Amino acid sequence: MNAGAAPPVVICIRGLLTRIDGRVLHDNIDLDVYRGEILGVVGGSGSGKSVLLRSIVGLQTPAAGRITVLGQELRDLDGDALVRMQVRWGVLFQEGALFGDQTVAENVQVPLREHTDLPQRLMDEVASVRLSMVGLPADAAGKYPAQLSGGMRKRAGLARALALDPELLFLDEPTAGLDPIAAAEFDVLVRELQQSLHLTVFMVTHDIDTLRATTDRIAVLADRTLRIGTMASLVHDPHPWIHEYFAGVRGRAAMTG
Amino acid sequence: MVTPAPDAAAWYRLERQGGTLRVVVGGAWVRSEARRLDPLLRALDPMGCTRADVDCGGLARLDTIGAWLLLRTKRVLEHRGVTVQPINVDPEYHALVHTIDHECRAPPVTLPPRHTVAMRLERIGRGLCQAVHQGYLLIGFLGLIVFETLATVLRPRRLRVAAVVHQMEETGLNALPIVGLLSFLVGVVFAYQGADQLRRFGADVFTVNLLAVGVLRELGGLMAAIIAAGRSGSAFAAEIGTMNVNEEIDAIQIGGLNLTEVLVLPRLLGIVLTLPLLTFYSNVMGLIGGAVTCYFDLGISVPVFLHQLRGALAGGTFWVGLIKAPVFAFVIGLVGCHQGFQAGRNASSVGRHTTQAVVESIFLVIVADAVFSVLFARLGI
Repeated sequence: MNAGAAPPVVICIRGLLTRIDGRVLHDNIDLDVYRGEILGVVGGSGSGKSVLLRSIVGLQTPAAGRITVLGQELRDLDGDALVRMQVRWGVLFQEGALFGDQTVAENVQVPLREHTDLPQRLMDEVASVRLSMVGLPADAAGKYPAQLSGGMRKRAGLARALALDPELLFLDEPTAGLDPIAAAEFDVLVRELQQSLHLTVFMVTHDIDTLRATTDRIAVLADRTLRIGTMASLVHDPHPWIHEYFAGVRGRAAMTG
Repeated sequence: MVTPAPDAAAWYRLERQGGTLRVVVGGAWVRSEARRLDPLLRALDPMGCTRADVDCGGLARLDTIGAWLLLRTKRVLEHRGVTVQPINVDPEYHALVHTIDHECRAPPVTLPPRHTVAMRLERIGRGLCQAVHQGYLLIGFLGLIVFETLATVLRPRRLRVAAVVHQMEETGLNALPIVGLLSFLVGVVFAYQGADQLRRFGADVFTVNLLAVGVLRELGGLMAAIIAAGRSGSAFAAEIGTMNVNEEIDAIQIGGLNLTEVLVLPRLLGIVLTLPLLTFYSNVMGLIGGAVTCYFDLGISVPVFLHQLRGALAGGTFWVGLIKAPVFAFVIGLVGCHQGFQAGRNASSVGRHTTQAVVESIFLVIVADAVFSVLFARLGI
């Protein structure tokens, strides 16, 4: 835990080195994520944004470096300790990753069924509370993922990620594939839920409007290293990709918009 | 009353002050406490009061499930005509309580019960209808394939030769080890069982005839076909099903390409060309297996075995087994591809249709074999 006025560090990465098929994606990366903030991670296609997320939640083993989540190093955890850690975070995957053979309500109940002993009636109620919190209509509960639109699938995935009241929420490209209106609504939703549930959010995105609307800080993945700052400070970064990203046509439009 | 420590288990107590009910809640209202609280709160009796104050001052922690329990209790009381007033709510919880209270107007979903007798009966009926419908669709698919094949025959340039060769390698060459091994073992076992029976009549040497007829007419072809159904029929269904999941099928269609020409014909042609070869190979391996048994169990030397075999091969035994192979191959390829196209856009559907492809093609292969047997018997072959 940090001393002084800075809020406690929830995710702490030191010297992360990731290698996939011999290619180095992250070279000696350091990153701190503070409790209660929304951190956006951006970078070009193939720069390893999603891999960084996967490394933090333990789906990808780093070649070197330390990753500490909620005060515990993931590498040291196994069995029950790992499960206890996993219920403290929720992940929304890019396409929602809903289980196709279960209805939306059943999908949301999967973590509840696995990790709690709630009676079925209460689980039904909690599932419908979750679904309305993420802005899904009541009739979506009985539908199968294939019957939903992309935006609704993401909301349903978010409801499932939030099922166990996690402290940490990981979002992988939450607005990719959504129309601008749906994307803007999703941004507002993330911000609202972050405030009402006191979440810490780690968000991978390349949507500059989402960055502006939701994030407190931004980490840019460029040339295998991270540059961390705010929207205002990163505009002045001399790195060509970062400059192009924030000062380019879309970037300027998002700033002034 | 002693006030418990702030981080203790969730608790609540009821106090009656005139016409007002005071519900004092405290402790950690979190999901681990919900199982205990749920039935108690559901049955909460307002004791005839018309006003209720819910004092939340003692709350140490509150998560969504705890907040929902409180809000549900409030709604239950209001439904019974009680005016409910929450007091001393920590500002930290305002946003959460507001979100749930504001958003959750919909009645809770009730999932339908999953297993009743009627539902089981319905499943049986539905399964039967599906089987019939499946047969209907397969015949439609057969028609489509025949039509497209004729179209390709008229324009042979459109045939994708590289794809056909690739399929032949997949279904034929790569199947050689497993087909060879299994046919060899079946030959060994078959000759052994035959020898055991024939030895009682002193007709040891006729084991060779039994082996020749059994392997060449039936076993060799069936073994090759069943392995092809398991290896290649399943692969056809899984490949095409996964392509559907990845929208590759859509991309092929939208690109002005002919689905049947690109996906079905190479597979079908590949397996129809290779399965006869595979059957021949399976026959040879089966006979070698039988010869090994004859040598060690009956002392029949290789020259004697070959001499006896030549006698048994009269009357088209060899060709009768081989001629069935292209038909089996066509059935396996047709069913595999058809099931692939039937699969929906999720993992479990692809898996289900892959299984279905194997089961259905083995079933149809054996049915076809039976039809051949009757046919050959009538023709006196």
